[in-house]
Amino acid sequence: MLNIPAIRWGKPYDSLEKEEVVHFSTGEPIAQLSQVGGGILKRDMRFAQRAREALLQFSPEEILDKLATAGKLYLEADLPIGDGSQTPEAFVHAQSASTGLPEHMCRGNMQKNAFVLQNMPKILDSLTRGLDLNILSRGYGKEPGRDVMLSYQVQSPVLGAVLPSNSPGVHTLWLPAVALQLGLVLKPGGKEPWTPYRIFSAMVEAGLPAEAFSLYPGAGGDVGAALLSSVDRAMVFGGQQTIDQYHGNPKVQPHGPGFSKILLGDDVVDDWPQYLDLMVQSVFANSGRSCINASGIWASRHTKEIAQAIAEKIGPTEIKDPTDDEASLAAFTMPGMAPAVWGMIESDLAEDGVTDYTASYGERLVQMERCDYLKPMVVHAENPEKQVASKEYMFPFVSVVECPQEEMIKKIGYSLICTAITADEKFAKDLVNATHIDRLNIGPIPTHKVDWLQPHEGNIIEFLFRSRAYQSAPVQVAAT
Amino acid sequence: MASDTLTPEVEAAAKAAKDRLDAHTYETVQWHFHESTGCPFWLEKKKELNFDPLTEVKVFDDLKKFPLFEDEWLRGGPVRRWVPKAFADKPIYVFETGGTTGIPKSRIAIDDFRTDYSLFSETLPDKYFPKGSNWLMLGPSGPRRLRLAVEHLAQVRGGICFCIDLDPRWVIKLIKKGQMDQLEAYKKHCIDQAITILTAGHDVKCMFGTPKLIESLCLGLEEKGTTLAEAGITGIFSGGTEFTPQWTRYCIEELFGGGPEESGIYMTPTYGNTLMGLACSKPVTPENGYKISYYAPQPRAVTEVVSFDDPNEPVPYGETGRVKLTTLTKEFFVPGFLERDEGEREMPYLTYPWEGVSGVRPFHGFASSTTVGVY
Repeated sequence: MLNIPAIRWGKPYDSLEKEEVVHFSTGEPIAQLSQVGGGILKRDMRFAQRAREALLQFSPEEILDKLATAGKLYLEADLPIGDGSQTPEAFVHAQSASTGLPEHMCRGNMQKNAFVLQNMPKILDSLTRGLDLNILSRGYGKEPGRDVMLSYQVQSPVLGAVLPSNSPGVHTLWLPAVALQLGLVLKPGGKEPWTPYRIFSAMVEAGLPAEAFSLYPGAGGDVGAALLSSVDRAMVFGGQQTIDQYHGNPKVQPHGPGFSKILLGDDVVDDWPQYLDLMVQSVFANSGRSCINASGIWASRHTKEIAQAIAEKIGPTEIKDPTDDEASLAAFTMPGMAPAVWGMIESDLAEDGVTDYTASYGERLVQMERCDYLKPMVVHAENPEKQVASKEYMFPFVSVVECPQEEMIKKIGYSLICTAITADEKFAKDLVNATHIDRLNIGPIPTHKVDWLQPHEGNIIEFLFRSRAYQSAPVQVAAT
Repeated sequence: MASDTLTPEVEAAAKAAKDRLDAHTYETVQWHFHESTGCPFWLEKKKELNFDPLTEVKVFDDLKKFPLFEDEWLRGGPVRRWVPKAFADKPIYVFETGGTTGIPKSRIAIDDFRTDYSLFSETLPDKYFPKGSNWLMLGPSGPRRLRLAVEHLAQVRGGICFCIDLDPRWVIKLIKKGQMDQLEAYKKHCIDQAITILTAGHDVKCMFGTPKLIESLCLGLEEKGTTLAEAGITGIFSGGTEFTPQWTRYCIEELFGGGPEESGIYMTPTYGNTLMGLACSKPVTPENGYKISYYAPQPRAVTEVVSFDDPNEPVPYGETGRVKLTTLTKEFFVPGFLERDEGEREMPYLTYPWEGVSGVRPFHGFASSTTVGVY
């Protein structure tokens, strides 16, 4: 069994308190993860500037090269972790075993992380709109061909992140920080320490300075809260309560439920069967766990037929062993969570005008000895006022909502991703101007098909750097 | 681990302690259930029992005949129903626990807190808790036993105790509402009060603090470019389920800058609550992995570690169970109360020749719903 210490500016710290990471279905311990308290993190943050200075020893180009190497190592190498090492397959197996995510999905998420590491130059070129990274590194400079001084002030020497246990794909969001020469302070999820530790290991093996990285596993309420209060720029992944808690806090970028949606315009809705596969995939990919999965499909008509058709596709899905390449459902590994979610859904279904189109495919809640599953659900809401129209759950669950097109933008609420399938220019223009839609797709683009060259829930460059004035004039120093 | 692994010396001491406990139990039950001395609550309760405590409780084990003590009985009045008739004319204190929402639990006291802390005082090393030095009480204020108890501890050792304003009920409300920024601000407000006292020339050398507040105090002093040792502190007693081996190690190694010989600061954990007295700890050292083992102040109070399924069945030594408290003083009688904590049952040893409990932490059955270590 692996013994995984905390990492304090690159140095392992073996805590006296450890939590076992266990296999979700067998209960077999996979690793012992050191647990540290918030006080340790707070004290370590006195030295956060050293993490940035360690990265500033390299040029941005050198760091990008090392990140590309790290991406390859992350994907292919046997890398150290704690008192042992891990092959890519062992990593996939461990991640699946502790999170309940099928192994082929873990491999898919690995590809995403590696892609971002290996394509960082393009991603940053896009997010910075082509800015020379040396200007961010030095803090100021002139762009070639323009005699205008630019200055960007880094807002923190490190980026912190309180990471989730349920979605290994989100790690792509904090990776650019290293390329921007900010250290990383991570609180790994209790059930998914694997990705942050493997990325840390790959980066160090690739030649990046270990002292730029800290990983503090521990209780969210303690070390997570300490991280968010003592780092000047941090991300947190959590539920709606977390989002609400940190809303408006300029130091914290909260990531949570996406409430992503597909809108079918009146001009295309009669041809809905043409978009059935797109809708199914948007709901079903990655076991419906991501914020980029569609939780709502909105149309002015044919909604019952759409619900019926999606239900026919995903309703019969069976639970399969996570090592099976055909497995498409992830287990709920946290005790009591699936029954609690099911309780909320039952309450949603009790409302008049709400119909469960997957009811005929058998019990949705499947409780096992050590984990539970929720099988895919398609629910029809006859109008947007139904409670279920604004719900998102962490499994393939979608509400198909009947709503006149002219009311859609007003009624859909916050949507991380909105795919509007329409050629109606007026509708598209109104969607562009809507302030509660983050990523907007106009046309038949699945919600989970994310273009890495586009910002996600805000541009990380704008989160980490602030544009400011910088003027300089020569100073004459008397000869000594 | 069986009890026959005890040395003959410890075994003899344990036997003597058990005899004392049995005799003390008999006397205490006689007191609380006799019409001339008992309190209205227990005299009334006696009518519901299917046995006569006056004739059928002769030794400690006979207390198992009582139903478990329900702390809900302590909610609401009249508070006088807890005052033994023999003490009716004495000045009475009432201490509260809980109360963030709804009616708090109340416990009456006359001298118990003084007695408990006078006994505790005898366990403190004078080298680090110098007689005559002043104290800082960095803990909850308001209707709580702890504030007066620490103040008495300071006084009995010839010192004067400085206190801060700290309302733990407000802290719990902030946590429940998720107002972490307000929580931080309130914590800072408390620490600012403490730093003001420590830097005002009052010759404070000893203090009580909860783990969270000790940590915050050390970090607050560091921000000002100083340390707890430089502020003059040499002795600390603390308590709570957050007082874990890992926290202790972090605190000693990083916040204090080493063990007592190196940093000049000695810290001892304690375990207790308003219902019980104060359980002391075996010395906590790096050599034993900072293990924390508590021993109740027998015979005035007893801690047992019992089966999760049967509260009358102790678990074997070294095994995990629920912490069960019994309080046996003339002021207050609690015949078996299941604490909100669990831990491992520890062997007697010469200083405390009765069973102890180590690894105390919130009971796993409702750990997720308990807000601990808030102040």
